[in-house]
Amino acid sequence: MALAASVSIAESSARERMAPPSRFGDRAFEWLTLAMALTVLVLVILIGWELWNGSSVALKKFGFHFLTTSTWDPVAEEFGALPFIYGTLVSSAIALIIAVPLSIATAAYLTELAPLWIRQPLVSLIEMLAAIPSVILGLWGIFVMVPWLRDYPFPFLKGYFGWIPLFTGPIYGPCMFAGGIIIAIMILPIITSVSREILRSVPNLQREAAYALGATRWEATRIAVLSYAKKGLFGAVILGLGRALGETLAVTMVIGNTPQIAASLFKPGYTLASVLANEFTEATTDIYLQALFEIGLVLFGITILVNLLAQLLLRTITTTSATRAVQ
Amino acid sequence: MKSLKSSRKILAIVLLTGISATASAQMMINGAGATFPYPIYSKWFDEYAKVDPSVRFNYQSIGSGGGQKQILSQTVDFGASDGPMSDENLAKAPGKILHIPTVAGAVVITYNLPGNPALKCDGDTIAGIYLGQIKKWNDPKLTGLNPGVKLPDQDIVVVHRSDGSGTTFIFTDYLSKISSEWKSKAGTNTSVNWPTGIGGKGNEGVSGQVKQTPGAIGYVELIYATQNKLPYADVKNSAGEFVKPTIESVTAALATAEIPEDFRFSMTNAPGKEAYPIAGATWLLVYQQQKDPAKGKKLVEFLKWAMAKGGGMAKSLDYAPLPETVQQRVLKRIDEIKY
Repeated sequence: MALAASVSIAESSARERMAPPSRFGDRAFEWLTLAMALTVLVLVILIGWELWNGSSVALKKFGFHFLTTSTWDPVAEEFGALPFIYGTLVSSAIALIIAVPLSIATAAYLTELAPLWIRQPLVSLIEMLAAIPSVILGLWGIFVMVPWLRDYPFPFLKGYFGWIPLFTGPIYGPCMFAGGIIIAIMILPIITSVSREILRSVPNLQREAAYALGATRWEATRIAVLSYAKKGLFGAVILGLGRALGETLAVTMVIGNTPQIAASLFKPGYTLASVLANEFTEATTDIYLQALFEIGLVLFGITILVNLLAQLLLRTITTTSATRAVQ
Repeated sequence: MKSLKSSRKILAIVLLTGISATASAQMMINGAGATFPYPIYSKWFDEYAKVDPSVRFNYQSIGSGGGQKQILSQTVDFGASDGPMSDENLAKAPGKILHIPTVAGAVVITYNLPGNPALKCDGDTIAGIYLGQIKKWNDPKLTGLNPGVKLPDQDIVVVHRSDGSGTTFIFTDYLSKISSEWKSKAGTNTSVNWPTGIGGKGNEGVSGQVKQTPGAIGYVELIYATQNKLPYADVKNSAGEFVKPTIESVTAALATAEIPEDFRFSMTNAPGKEAYPIAGATWLLVYQQQKDPAKGKKLVEFLKWAMAKGGGMAKSLDYAPLPETVQQRVLKRIDEIKY
């Protein structure tokens, strides 16, 4: 078939040089890639539908209260997801606050400043961090990180910043703060790797132009590189946030698993993903299982919502900087 | 040369698995459910393969909730659960489901105190601690039970399971029997609305947090505590004796527990001087009327074998086997399975 086509092309091009070549391969390629891309969409829709279906009774029974009440009582069959939503958002926020500056600074160092001999080992180390299974990180969290946090950094924070409600109350070890820190460790490699690729793709002309104008290294990195790559870096952070929202096992090990909303980060918390991982296997009553499905639906919704908001934010950032550039 | 050898090896493996696959295609009995008895069930299935090579068991430890769901939807030949099925769930079954108790296990109270002294406690105290009413280790209730032990003026950090589990079911079932306040505030389930404390995932999560937190108290399976050499308390039983959790004291509790005809029993706070009070059984769930006669026959043969020969293996894995009297009753029930 392909042979026939090429033969006919050769013949026709011999006759009249302007005849267009066969487009069959291109078309097939286009359709194939379209089909692949649609699979993702179909999967997302199916997951959403399945979650909706699985939680239909709970949706009807608890209604909007599911999102606004805080009781989670499988015995009395009263279910409210507010503490889990709160825990997911707060732990992810802590993780981003810690991981974003660290990751972007690391990426900037690796692409702009680091001598070659240090670059490769450091990159490999970061990639190794990404390869640590989450259950191992969780166990390390229980046995090493949490006791250390409890004995040194937490009392320090409480001593000096105890006047802020975030750092009050007794320190047990497993808590919202520890959960946020373990998520930060888990999303660090992905944000760093993606940021590094983005910074590497900044054209050298940018840097050279900045240096030519007499910029210092810091100025060149800030203006010519980081600012130029803003959009991409933002994308890297969103990728990290996506992981942070859904991170399950390691967080479950160190967050304390108590559905409560507390101002202090030293109090135990709970996330949507954790309660699913914890309770799904042993949920025997229908409404209990339905409520857990609804938790999944809420997590699904939050992930989509956060991503949409991020896209919106990204658009405003890029348009304002574009107008500023024009002015 | 090396690659030739390894490819031969691979070929042999492929052939062997192919053969065993065709053999098992004749008879593969599928089950799913509780995680707690998974080690002993796999041991039984392994040993039974030597007794009857024509049948193979495939057991997936997906949790008691999953086990009950799958036996109800008849996607497995048998289910397994750490708690008996509720009337509500049984009513949904297309046929009569029998509960076959297999082994039992204890839940122990573990703690982290300076020097880890041997402790004694009773149900009221444990309930008080888990309700958040007893807050200090030198509370008069604790010092009263432990004369001679110097208990520190330290906060008690309560640790419980965060994941739904049969262990929690047994523990909360015990507390509900002891304390009416617990029963109304938290109740009995695989996971409850805890009045206080922090949650650890799995036995390793609870014991990890207890080990790492000075002044902590938690509950774990006896097997887990003995294998990891955790300190655990003697608990006062309903006869007023302080009993150490062991395989023997759990079997003693099984012997004295009141077991109804349908075997849906709770053995916590069992009467009897030697009975350890915080213990529970685990069950296999099978339909009385088997759909597939050949499979049903093999399943019954296996169950009988497990009753007769399984006890010793259970002990070696730290599970408490059923006492003779209960075994006889269970065997009678197995005989009622029709195929």
